[in-house]
Amino acid sequence: MGEVFLPGSLREVFDLLSGEPEALLYAGGTDLFVRSSLEEGGGKPLVCLERVEGLKGISDHGDEIRIGGCTTHSELIRSRLVREHFPLLMHAARRIGAPAVRNMGTIGGNICTASPAGDTLPPLYIFDAFVELCSAGRARRVPISEFITGPGQTALERGEVLSAICLKKDHGCTFFHFEKVGQRKAMAISVASFAFAAGINGDGMIRKARCAFGSVAPTVFTSSNIDRCFIDKPMDEDTLRQAALLVRSEVSPISDVRASEGYRRSVAGNLVMRLEDLVRDTG
Amino acid sequence: MTRKIFFVLNGISVHVETDPARRALDVLREDMGLTGTKEGCGRGECGGCSILVDGEVKLSCIMTAAQLEGKDIVTIEGVCGEGDLHPVQRSFIERGAVQCGFCTPGMVISSVAFLNANPSPAREEIREALSGNLCRCTGYQKIVDAVEDAAKKMHGGGRDG
Ligand SMILES: Cc1cc2nc3c(=O)[nH]c(=O)nc-3n(C[C@H](O)[C@H](O)[C@H](O)COP(=O)(O)OP(=O)(O)OC[C@H]3O[C@@H](n4cnc5c(N)ncnc54)[C@H](O)[C@@H]3O)c2cc1C
Ligand code: FES
Ligand code: FES
Repeated sequence: MGEVFLPGSLREVFDLLSGEPEALLYAGGTDLFVRSSLEEGGGKPLVCLERVEGLKGISDHGDEIRIGGCTTHSELIRSRLVREHFPLLMHAARRIGAPAVRNMGTIGGNICTASPAGDTLPPLYIFDAFVELCSAGRARRVPISEFITGPGQTALERGEVLSAICLKKDHGCTFFHFEKVGQRKAMAISVASFAFAAGINGDGMIRKARCAFGSVAPTVFTSSNIDRCFIDKPMDEDTLRQAALLVRSEVSPISDVRASEGYRRSVAGNLVMRLEDLVRDTG
Repeated sequence: MTRKIFFVLNGISVHVETDPARRALDVLREDMGLTGTKEGCGRGECGGCSILVDGEVKLSCIMTAAQLEGKDIVTIEGVCGEGDLHPVQRSFIERGAVQCGFCTPGMVISSVAFLNANPSPAREEIREALSGNLCRCTGYQKIVDAVEDAAKKMHGGGRDG
């Protein structure tokens, strides 16, 4: 088996990575050690990010919230800043795995795994999140939708660490909804998930809407066509029916062990129709 | 490749000299001889290997030995006081929440962490707290009953619903 490093600062991480270019990064290990069991191991050195100070914590930067890359899902759920400004992200994090997985798994790991089923991803697409990537020589910011390039694929370069996720507060939305359909309630990878945020005027007309779907396309699925079809309409059955039709025609799911292509397509539409119950319950 | 790893195990400072890429689960069971922590799935899905790390539940099957360094680790062997069962353990016995017993250490560890943070939980909250711990025997009702009962023992808490 190999060496495991526990650096305490980003500087140490970059020094380690320049000395051990083959090293694998991990944070919670809830994806990495499930994909390739520790027992088999590859013998490659491991760099554990859990104690890197610069990667932790959620902070307020005026018009922006910065979430450290190694923030766990449990920390997201407990954060006052997240609850206040991005409740959608909190709802999504709550639906991940079970308590122990949320205590270990991180938002940075969820993003870098780039699974179409990653539950924090639809909210991050809705809020046009930026990921901050740092390496020894430089830092850059990339929109989440450009960072994730395909299922399991990202624009992360060798030697880079996802140091933070930055979210602008002025998203103008006041209505939020996240729902995930899986084979069971806990610990289940989603068959389809749906995140929704809207700004609604005093007269009940929708001013702005953003939809994002998980598990129904190779990466998180968003569509300006679908978002536009809500504008200047009330949140009623007619509006939702039209949106659901568009959704069913635009998504491009696959069939796998969890669900068929057709089932995913119809569930994606049904998830939109569910908004009606919510509006009725809250309004 | 081995190195010395220092941590606190069930209240006692210990160290172990081992390969840092071994699983924390194996170090606890094989090197420390604490076989109460179980391996069910070995991939994060069953909760059998649950331990407390600085008071939080984590899964020792997907943790490296290196990550034990400097941590306060509690296994099922360490939840009780001197010669005395933890109230959660007593409730598990009294409420018939143990059948084959394989899931019990993980269930108890998860319950202890949960009750420390939520002294008077609703049944639904208990179910959520234990949703990562699988049991093939009991059907879960008696486990939830036991945790509810333990909440009353510990804090006089526990709500209906
Ligand atoms: C039982 C179980 C249930 C699960 N349920 C869900 C679920 O419901 N929803 C869901 O979305 N996911 C789920 N997951 C998957 C997983 O828990 C999440 O994706 C989690 O967020 C991964 O984070 P991590 O820190 O554990 O990642 P790790 O396993 O540590 O890392 C994953 C990958 O990301 C890279 N990486 C991690 N952090 C960084 C960083 N800061 N910079 C650069 N690269 C980095 C690693 O190199 C690795 O390739 C589940 C996992 C398990 C075991
Ligand atoms: S053995 Fe660790 S979760 Fe199953
Ligand atoms: S008592 Fe047998 S697995 Fe739970």
